[in-house]
Amino acid sequence: MVNININGQDLTVRENCTILEAALINGFYIPTLCYHEALGFYGACRICVVEIAAPRGQILVASCAYPVSEGLIVKTDSERVINARKLILELLLADCPDAEIIKIMAARYGLIETRFPPEEEGKCILCGICVRACHNLVGAGAISLIKRGKNKAVSPPYESVTSACISCGTCETMCPTRAIDIKVFDRIKSLHEYEGRFHTQRCNICSKYHVDNEKPGSVNNWIEELQ
Amino acid sequence: MLIKEVSDLRNISQKTLNEMFQISKIKFQVGSATCGLATGAGQTLSFLRELSANQPDKYIVDEVGCIGLCFKEPIVDLRMPGCSRIYYGDLNIYKAEKLVKSLEEGDIRKEWVLYRLDKEKFINEDEINLASDISDIYREITTMEDLNLFKGQMRIVMRNCGRINPEQIDQYIAFGGYKGLFKVLKEMSPDEVIEEIKASGLRGRGGAGFPTGLKWSFTRKAEGSKKYIICNADEGDPGAYMDRSVLEGDPHSVIEGMLIGAYAIGADEGYIYVRAEYPLAIKRLKIAIKQAREYGLLGQKVLGTDFSFDLKISMGAGAFVCGEETALIASIEGLPGEPRPRPPFPAQSGLFGKPTNINNVETWANIPVIIAKGSKFFSSIGTEKSKGTKVFSLVGKVKNTMLIEVPMGTTISEIVYNLGDGMSDKFEFKAIQTGGPSGGCIPKDLIDLRVDYEELTSAGAIMGSGGLIVMDEKTCMVDVARFFLEFLESESCGKCVPCRSGIKRMLQIIHRITQGQGEEKDIELLEEMAKGIKDASLCGLGQTAPNPILTTLKFFRTEYESHIKHKRCPAAVCKALIEYRVIPGKCTGCQRCVSVCPTHAITGPRSQAHNLDKSKCIKCGACYEVCKYDAIAGDAIILE
Repeated sequence: MVNININGQDLTVRENCTILEAALINGFYIPTLCYHEALGFYGACRICVVEIAAPRGQILVASCAYPVSEGLIVKTDSERVINARKLILELLLADCPDAEIIKIMAARYGLIETRFPPEEEGKCILCGICVRACHNLVGAGAISLIKRGKNKAVSPPYESVTSACISCGTCETMCPTRAIDIKVFDRIKSLHEYEGRFHTQRCNICSKYHVDNEKPGSVNNWIEELQ
Repeated sequence: MLIKEVSDLRNISQKTLNEMFQISKIKFQVGSATCGLATGAGQTLSFLRELSANQPDKYIVDEVGCIGLCFKEPIVDLRMPGCSRIYYGDLNIYKAEKLVKSLEEGDIRKEWVLYRLDKEKFINEDEINLASDISDIYREITTMEDLNLFKGQMRIVMRNCGRINPEQIDQYIAFGGYKGLFKVLKEMSPDEVIEEIKASGLRGRGGAGFPTGLKWSFTRKAEGSKKYIICNADEGDPGAYMDRSVLEGDPHSVIEGMLIGAYAIGADEGYIYVRAEYPLAIKRLKIAIKQAREYGLLGQKVLGTDFSFDLKISMGAGAFVCGEETALIASIEGLPGEPRPRPPFPAQSGLFGKPTNINNVETWANIPVIIAKGSKFFSSIGTEKSKGTKVFSLVGKVKNTMLIEVPMGTTISEIVYNLGDGMSDKFEFKAIQTGGPSGGCIPKDLIDLRVDYEELTSAGAIMGSGGLIVMDEKTCMVDVARFFLEFLESESCGKCVPCRSGIKRMLQIIHRITQGQGEEKDIELLEEMAKGIKDASLCGLGQTAPNPILTTLKFFRTEYESHIKHKRCPAAVCKALIEYRVIPGKCTGCQRCVSVCPTHAITGPRSQAHNLDKSKCIKCGACYEVCKYDAIAGDAIILE
């Protein structure tokens, strides 16, 4: 156990946990976007920044990735932290004008409008949750983050339909901004954007539609194996 | 042959020195690094090679790396038996042919010679007298020591560049190479090596200036039996090419430095991460590694001791962000070049999850000298907190664009006016940009600033990897900020929001300002964004990305205000805010501009002053570039 201080309150927390975990357990609110309990930290959205006292002065760090250490002093809502979060939300408001969760989060910080010219449409905040879930949880690895900088995007290989996708819908379920939308028409599942079409069958367990093809690795095979 | 004893090294050294200096033929050495090859050294070299093949008892030819005088490439040096060495500049193949003809008639073409060298000095302070007696013709040539270009320079990192053949390990050994390795393996414990590096005061030359000895001790203390060391040769700053020149001119100095580092840290495997855009550096590194293996300097049981170490080359695809250490590690592992949050630092968990130490090319190249000559020698050079020398690539609007190596603490005015020989055009010095895209612009008022880590940081710039871009009055500082932001926008990996989106939005604002559509609140917004991006970004790229804007705002705020309030670009650079016109008195009617104008905006018969139709002009500046008579003026206008 180590002793830390969050917002003036002395706490004793588990060793090797992150600031975010320590804060959440002890009832301090820190907003997150790219962090997911099942996937661990990624450190991309930077919305969870907190101010800590480091040897080189007061710095902001991503609380989702920063491990606690003895004597660590954390401020979760100092002026500097709030300003950084507001800037990030303002940037996301402009980049993803259709993402509801961003609007709600921004409103919590008093931001209704952005000073930057907004994009015409957009929901994806490139948090990488769908990609990490597809690789680490599902094991399919059907989508990844491609290109870099402002052109970065989530896409299957070569930006075309991929047979690696098992149409499990994990990406859709976990997406925080509902940027991935899987449509089911007449038992044909169509994956958002890439228009991969899969014949589906209703699952007896979860009552959702899943791919019914025979290929190894498809959801049906998995269920059979489990049973 | 395996080298095991100091006497082996001495034998190789003696034999090679005799071959190199006791010559009975005319010896040419062609500077054939990338900078030389780009200006035609390849043709000169093949011509001279053919010559020596036809007349093998009269001529010998060798290749050397870059000596640093980039503005005089191709550089060829010549030594006749018993004479001083003389250096020719701009020696393309045509001049080389003429030179050979003249040599046969006994004329050394004195007018093409840049300088002469009477004594070959080595890093261990030995000397070889090249000429016993200097003849009258040679006396008329300036010596290297008297040349302004070299006054104030001190060569530690570039000690062998331009003097030895980088593809011959024997020549590196002859110039005192691998002595440091011997000393370390036979006489010193790893902790003693680290203490020696700590005492030298060497700081990381990649940019941040972290003390090298301390960094090594972290990785040494880290738990685990498998450890890695990495040489970061992913040099990407615009206008910087120091690391390339060292790798092309003296690859063994980096390999020896890494061997010493590996012994001190306890690593048995190393990587050199070099960008694929440096094919010659990669080729020479591969040759150097192969030769070092043949001598038993790399591989199992180095020099017959229990220490084993081997090197691999990892090629980067040219992403700027891969110079950041966690992104570099990801790239070597085969993952996308994206940084990850620290801690854990690479010293605890780096390449493949093992403790890893990463240093820059220049840092590694310093190590053998510190070991061979002692930490006292090194710490006697430089300023209080920044020791040793620093290699800079001096580019931009100076007469001598070149690679220089100067002691820390040399002032900017010495660099620009003594070494660089002042401005290249008729315009005055305005600012100097240091540290690449993450650095800053230092204005004329601070020209007496001493270049070291602390002084540069206090001026809002950084040391960076060592690019120095000189700017004159004809440079618009808003445009400079735009240029670096554009570079950073395309090089940001896009992982974190402040960097990916923040730079994009800052660039949009700067674009607006250069278009004459800026608003008064823009400066405030830029400053606010800069603060947030610095605070919240994931890696060094984002954390320093606002620097070009912050320093130009700090020192050249009036230029921003002029663009925003008066819609005027004082330097007449921003296209939307200038207007081209023909100056009738100067125009000779040569029609050069008429032929390049893409929109046919310039018309007029030959030998008469031309007309420029402003409604057709797209302000591409092509006419301005080609006019030989300064008859095209680009005036700053005020938008209504």
